Amino acid sequence: MSLLNHAIPLNWYLLLSAVLFSLGVIGFLIKRNLITVFMSIELMLNAVNLTFVTFAYQWNAVKGQIFVFFVMMVAAAEAAVGLAIIIAVFRARGTLAVDRINLMKL
Amino acid sequence: MNESLHLWLIPLLPFVGFVLNGILGSRLPRRLVTAIGLLAPLGSLALVFNAAAATMISAATVCQGCGRVTAVTLPYGEICPFPWLTAGAIHVDFSFVLDQLSLVMLLVVTGVGFLIHVYSIGYMKEDKSYARFFSFLNLFLFFMTVLVLAGNFLVMFVGWEGVGLASYLLIGFWFEKNTAAEAGKKAFIVNRIGDFGFLIGIFLLISNFGTLAFQQIRIELGMSTSWHGGVLTVICLCLLLGAAGKSAQLPLYVWLPDAMEGPTPVSALIHAATMVTAGVYMIARTHFLFDRSPFALATVAIVGAATALFAATMGLAQNDIKRVLAYSTISQLGYMFLACGVAAYSAAIFHLFTHAFFKALLFLAAGSVIHALGGEQDMRNMGGLRKKLPVTFWTMTAAVFAISGFPPFAGFFSKDAILYAAFLQGTLGKILWFVGLLTALITALYMFRLWYMTFFGEPRTSDAHPHESPWSMRGPMVILGLLCVCGGWIGIDRFTEYLAPSVGLHRTISSGSIGLELVLSLVAVLVALEGWLIAGKYYRRKPERPAEFAAAMPTAYKILLNNYYVDEIYGAVIVKPLLILSRFVLGGIEFLLAGVAWLLGGIAMLSGMILQRWQSGNLRSYAAWLALGAAALLLFMVVPSLLAANGIDIRWTWGLR
Repeated sequence: MSLLNHAIPLNWYLLLSAVLFSLGVIGFLIKRNLITVFMSIELMLNAVNLTFVTFAYQWNAVKGQIFVFFVMMVAAAEAAVGLAIIIAVFRARGTLAVDRINLMKL
Repeated sequence: MNESLHLWLIPLLPFVGFVLNGILGSRLPRRLVTAIGLLAPLGSLALVFNAAAATMISAATVCQGCGRVTAVTLPYGEICPFPWLTAGAIHVDFSFVLDQLSLVMLLVVTGVGFLIHVYSIGYMKEDKSYARFFSFLNLFLFFMTVLVLAGNFLVMFVGWEGVGLASYLLIGFWFEKNTAAEAGKKAFIVNRIGDFGFLIGIFLLISNFGTLAFQQIRIELGMSTSWHGGVLTVICLCLLLGAAGKSAQLPLYVWLPDAMEGPTPVSALIHAATMVTAGVYMIARTHFLFDRSPFALATVAIVGAATALFAATMGLAQNDIKRVLAYSTISQLGYMFLACGVAAYSAAIFHLFTHAFFKALLFLAAGSVIHALGGEQDMRNMGGLRKKLPVTFWTMTAAVFAISGFPPFAGFFSKDAILYAAFLQGTLGKILWFVGLLTALITALYMFRLWYMTFFGEPRTSDAHPHESPWSMRGPMVILGLLCVCGGWIGIDRFTEYLAPSVGLHRTISSGSIGLELVLSLVAVLVALEGWLIAGKYYRRKPERPAEFAAAMPTAYKILLNNYYVDEIYGAVIVKPLLILSRFVLGGIEFLLAGVAWLLGGIAMLSGMILQRWQSGNLRSYAAWLALGAAALLLFMVVPSLLAANGIDIRWTWGLR
């Protein structure tokens, strides 16, 4: 515990989390495959989780850790629903390319 | 102890009749419609008689030994247990008050009302909207009794507006006819002008007295003698405007002649006997205000006298039998206003009382003639009906003698009382008396003209087969005929004494003498006789003379025939500018509203067209915008703090101060 506090500065954790988040955002924006996009979302969620844990440790507050559990729970549910949607989309359209899935357009 | 008289039932019964006949009437058999339509006013009449009997007993206090003593002292009030209206300091109840004045008026309204309901059975027999007619008549009775029983100005105003509505509905009863629909509208709109005055008067009363109850205002006035003229004059003049609208006085009389487009029973009930006398009733009811304002009283008297004379001259040249009667109604109402104006309220109500009988009868008889001739209303096409319609002839004769003021018919007593009261009122009174006398002459002239043209001479239509009306029409006529003869025998003195608690005694009664009264009566009768003789000379013995007169004075005759062009003048001076202004305002508003609507719609459409581009349906573009937004937010929050940390003043940069 003290190892974390003293050996590695707080900024590094935050920097890692920011890098992970940015990777997620970039992946979300540039990848075509829906599954990859979905994985990018997971990456972003986990980047945020890392921030939560870091700050919780820093301030000795348990709230942040509880939030992490909530986020993981929501992510699990989201994964279940999201994968089901992806399968349904694939069955209906025969493709997972994001550009082709544009039925929401006016 | 006051036993409950259930005053609230008096208006309620006709209202129930109105609702039943109005909703179910067209599906009910005609007999049932008749029964409902008749029972409602009959029930009200019975209740009024009950109330009258109860109060008479208390007045005489004779019934000591009776098992059931129903003594009721007047004024007797009933208040709805739920408050009607409370706004700040103003509190208004739905209250009814029965006193001598409203009792007399109620007797007239329900009595004559019932007779005319009976008459209508025969008169409206052929009409396809029989049930609608009876439901409207009941509606009228409902509002009229509310008006009469009202214990404060607001309840009276409800009745006041209501009878206006009923009048509008009944004038335009045959709305397929364009003239009838127009006449209904005209009556309604002209009455609005009067109602405007009435409303302003009510507002002024609220702001000056803080209450609308007649009794409270009366008490408040009685307590402080300093109330005199000033704002009271303004209030009285506003009320006078209202009364002039409802009672067809100058300058708002123009709707009444046109109101003759309605069915004849309506003309008899609403536009002769009851509704149009509401203005007189209102002035008598609020006499405590008028008594404190000599200027307003003088105005009332002058308006009345001018209307009486003016309308009488117009009545001379009419050829439509109902229009003659309409102008004579206006003229007689002028007499009543004249009486109010010289503070002889009991004389005014006495004339209202007798006028209700003879004018209702005149209309019913005219209706009978019209009925007999199959809808003919032009007197030039009548004549020689004396033998063919004996009942109509004799009842009409009673009414003609009554309105002309021959003793012992009813009109003599009341008109005499008014002229006598006017004569005792100083110089102005003498002038008013003279105008009244002149009017009496003209009244006799045009009434006997009508009488001769209708019933005497040769029949002027060849194809008519006149027939006497059914019993349902003759019955009410005979009853009213008897009342025309006997109605005045009560005598003004007894009448005044009875009404004194409500409207006070004549202020001038003491300054006259029996001798003077007799002389004045004699003069009035001689004048009426003169009118009769002139009419007899020109319309009975030398029927060609009036036409010669007309030819000799073409301009005068033309002006009279066109009723002094008052309608045309009103049309040019008031209606037309108002219409132009209305159209202008309407156009302006339409332009403005349409412009604003177009502008708003245009902005919405334009922004929609631009913003539509964002909704590409492309998931990644949405995500990109989201990321961009988040980045912008981040910048916005982080950059200032970074700058601040480096000692750069950022307040100016962000425009925050």
